[in-house]
Amino acid sequence: MKIGTREREGVTILDPKGKITIGSGDVALRDSVRGALDSGATKILINLEHVSTIDSSGIGELVAAFTTVSNRGGSLKLSNLSPKVTDILQITQLITVFQVEDSEEAALSAF
Amino acid sequence: MSSRRLLHCVWSESEEMAVQDWQVQLALESRFENIELVQVVLDDSLRRLECDEDTRYWIGIAVREALANAIKHGNRQDPEKRVEVKLEIEDSDLVVRIVDEGSGFDPSLIENPLDEENLLKPNGRGIFYMGKFMDEIRYNFRPSGGTELILRKRIAPMPSSSEDTEEVVE
Repeated sequence: MKIGTREREGVTILDPKGKITIGSGDVALRDSVRGALDSGATKILINLEHVSTIDSSGIGELVAAFTTVSNRGGSLKLSNLSPKVTDILQITQLITVFQVEDSEEAALSAF
Repeated sequence: MSSRRLLHCVWSESEEMAVQDWQVQLALESRFENIELVQVVLDDSLRRLECDEDTRYWIGIAVREALANAIKHGNRQDPEKRVEVKLEIEDSDLVVRIVDEGSGFDPSLIENPLDEENLLKPNGRGIFYMGKFMDEIRYNFRPSGGTELILRKRIAPMPSSSEDTEEVVE
């Protein structure tokens, strides 16, 4: 998996594509979030529009990213979740923990 | 040597066979990359069984979690240790058997990821997801070592087809 990084309106946006699953996508996501934080980012949006599959390891990385960013005084949001990724988060009651927005525009406005 | 290695694959199916005779067996090195191989075989099998997309997706997630646990916690990612996978039909149920070479664990110690103190833990959701997406999950801890996980899911009956193949990939 490759994760693009871009800046918009003072927000660092991560664009993962493919699967965030054990052994590949989960590590890539961890590295991307760490890279953004090391670059001084405090507002991070993970755009999940092109993520087809996420497993418990991927969910774990999202949780770790959320707590790491929050502990540093920053803010992390998710946007553009597919119905199945939404279901995965709902089942483990994480949909209420993460700040989830329907679109990138909505997420940017919410920071 | 390739980092992704399917040690053995047997597909048994024929026009004359009853649904109960259909089965697929795989033997894998303990590498996460091999989860993708199983996903391809599983999805193809479920298509042949005329499962709808949602059913295939959620069974795929459950099996993905089971394999990840077998490779990570059971076999400690030792590629010399095998994970064996068997797919078959029993009484209109898809039955997935996954066997690792690990020393097992105490299921009573598995915490509920929905408990408030666990909600923000990065680990501990895999078995929970399996339970949500399958009708039944059961562990057999073998006295001689190794853990067998059995996942069951009620699906539509399999259509008839004709093919008998055996493949060994080194």
